[in-house]
Amino acid sequence: MRKLFLIALKDLRLIFRDRSALILMLVAPFVLTLGMGAVTGRFSGSSTSGIRDIPVTIVNLDNGQLGNALVEMFTSADLADLVEPVLLSDLDAAKILVDEDESAAVIFIPEGFSASIIPDPATGSLSEHIEIEFYSNPTRPTSAGILKTILDQFISQVEIARISGEVAVRQMIENGLIETSQAAVLGATIGREMSNVSMARSSITINDITASGEAVEFDILSYMAPGMALMFLMFTVAYGGRSLIVENRQSTLPRMLVTPTSSTLILGGKVFGIFLTAVAQLLILIGGTSLLFRLYWGDLLGLIVLVMTAAIGATGWGVLLAAVLNTPGQVATVGSAVMLIFGLLGGSFFDLSNLPTWVQFLSRITPNAWGMDGFTTLALGGTLKNILTPVAALTGMGIVLFTISALWITRHGLSRK
Amino acid sequence: MGSILEVQNLVKKFGDFAAVKGISFEIKEGEIFSLLGPNGAGKTTTISMLSTLFIPTSGDALVCGHSVTREPMQVKRSIGVVPQEIALYEDLTALENLRFWGQMYGLSGKTLHQRVNEVLELIGLKDKAKHRIKTYSGGMKRRVNIGVGLLHQPRLLFMDEPTVGIDPQSRRAILDSVKELNRFGMTVLYTTHYMEEAQELSDRVGIIDHGELIALGTQTELTRQVGETDTLILHIGENEDPHYLAGELAKLKGVMKAEPTDHEIALVTPSAEELIAPVVTRADQLGIKIQTIDIREPNLEAVFLHLTGRALRD
Repeated sequence: MRKLFLIALKDLRLIFRDRSALILMLVAPFVLTLGMGAVTGRFSGSSTSGIRDIPVTIVNLDNGQLGNALVEMFTSADLADLVEPVLLSDLDAAKILVDEDESAAVIFIPEGFSASIIPDPATGSLSEHIEIEFYSNPTRPTSAGILKTILDQFISQVEIARISGEVAVRQMIENGLIETSQAAVLGATIGREMSNVSMARSSITINDITASGEAVEFDILSYMAPGMALMFLMFTVAYGGRSLIVENRQSTLPRMLVTPTSSTLILGGKVFGIFLTAVAQLLILIGGTSLLFRLYWGDLLGLIVLVMTAAIGATGWGVLLAAVLNTPGQVATVGSAVMLIFGLLGGSFFDLSNLPTWVQFLSRITPNAWGMDGFTTLALGGTLKNILTPVAALTGMGIVLFTISALWITRHGLSRK
Repeated sequence: MGSILEVQNLVKKFGDFAAVKGISFEIKEGEIFSLLGPNGAGKTTTISMLSTLFIPTSGDALVCGHSVTREPMQVKRSIGVVPQEIALYEDLTALENLRFWGQMYGLSGKTLHQRVNEVLELIGLKDKAKHRIKTYSGGMKRRVNIGVGLLHQPRLLFMDEPTVGIDPQSRRAILDSVKELNRFGMTVLYTTHYMEEAQELSDRVGIIDHGELIALGTQTELTRQVGETDTLILHIGENEDPHYLAGELAKLKGVMKAEPTDHEIALVTPSAEELIAPVVTRADQLGIKIQTIDIREPNLEAVFLHLTGRALRD
């Protein structure tokens, strides 16, 4: 086993002496993160997200309690820095603003929205089900995503209020505290009160709430930095995989094979070397962004486990490339292509939720998508128990890919690599 | 002295191509044994099988009593290998390379430290040990390449064309170090296509061509196969036809064999001195100008020519 570490540490030392590799491993993700942070205004304002004055158009045809509560929330002082609402009464005119990229989204509150949730005090009945419509601007996925998050949280509170009201009224009837005939009036009253509570809680921001109830600020760089780190992680593992073929070309692999060392141990050492390099790269990027950008990556234990498993998943891909390809040039070319494709598919550049379902499904073959899930969850205040799915997926991915690669290499011979 | 290496009818095929066709020989402990042959003769393939890198298609070899096919790990512990290529990490220093390879051979602690220092002393690079390999000259790289093979003090050292592509000074240093190692008891299997190296170093020589061992013995035994003959090498101009001239000279009395190569003709004769005058006269009659004439007494080159009809460098 000592030789396994020996080979791995030798590879780690070699990669950290290769200036061009270091630039792509460490400098490029830093620079891109910095660039994307600058584009989003992360470094220019006091907003934690770096995003300010998101233009949103609200068309409120409801004019009921809930519709008004929603409008008041978006026009409240708490969201004044974040959003810049425009109130219109014409939906088509609002959509034109989106089409012309003057608005990130349109929130359309149809007529009768409140009545579809709060019972009529006279009859106790609800009107037909009516939904709020959200038209997003595809060229502003991040801004639209933030608006959608605010809207979702409002709707979620309304839903909680509706269910609470129903339960309260039902229990009061069952306990004989009120007559059935009084239920409609009480329900309407609770509905109004709840809408007021929703307004009072208009401190809804893009902040997320942890399980413990503690508010955690979501930094836009917490999305971008892991995205870049994971994308360039694929470069690192491809480079590491390439070294297996390069060693054969440079005759150091055959030389290792004539030392009293089994080929399994040599292959293990090479794979462990790729893994160590990947872990080192992620830790340096995490440490660097924490220090330079004051970025909060989340729970330390979860972070360490996620870094390890992301490195395992990515290393699996690196080893597979080395196993099935024959020349260092092939690995470099295919590796670069894989890095970019996985970066796009895995959500390193934009939020996957804006993409079609089949793309989201396909993205699951990438360590980037699972890694992004994990890092985002941790940045939003999650802990290890909240990232068990990505951790398991990344570990499984690594095991499956190692197995395929090992079988391939065994079949074709390590010395022929 | 007993045999340290016994090669038994070793065959290696790559698809339909047989790189080594059933060679057998023995090396006694303390010997320098050279495998001499042109490029592509099967020397490296043979070394690769003996060092367990390639599995033989058939046949076997015993290294220090261990079978290369059945006990590869014991074989690996007994041998040192100096490959033809520079098998070093260019971005590591000589010291780091030697330490890495020493550990790969199971050395550690004080032993490793001591052996690395001894090898650096032996290859004469102690003062440049902390320089990266990529800053070294070709000769210096060759010396480190050899040093790696010596770290664990193997009983049997395989050296595969260790002087290819280096300057005469470094070549001289390497040949001297091989002799030095042998003086200290190390057995050496040395492959080369340079006849002079085989002649200078070897106790015994095996001549290999097209995957077959075509001659084996001491230099005296081998040259005796050629008989008491000399070889006359005629150098002619680039525009002359060596095949035509060889055909004409073969008709002269005293010419046993006439072999044309590029701008040269090799004439095998019982007496080179007596043949010079008739050769020059005949060439003159044919209008072909001979630029220089070399006389070679029986040597391994002549043996190879005698056995294959080709010069060793072909």
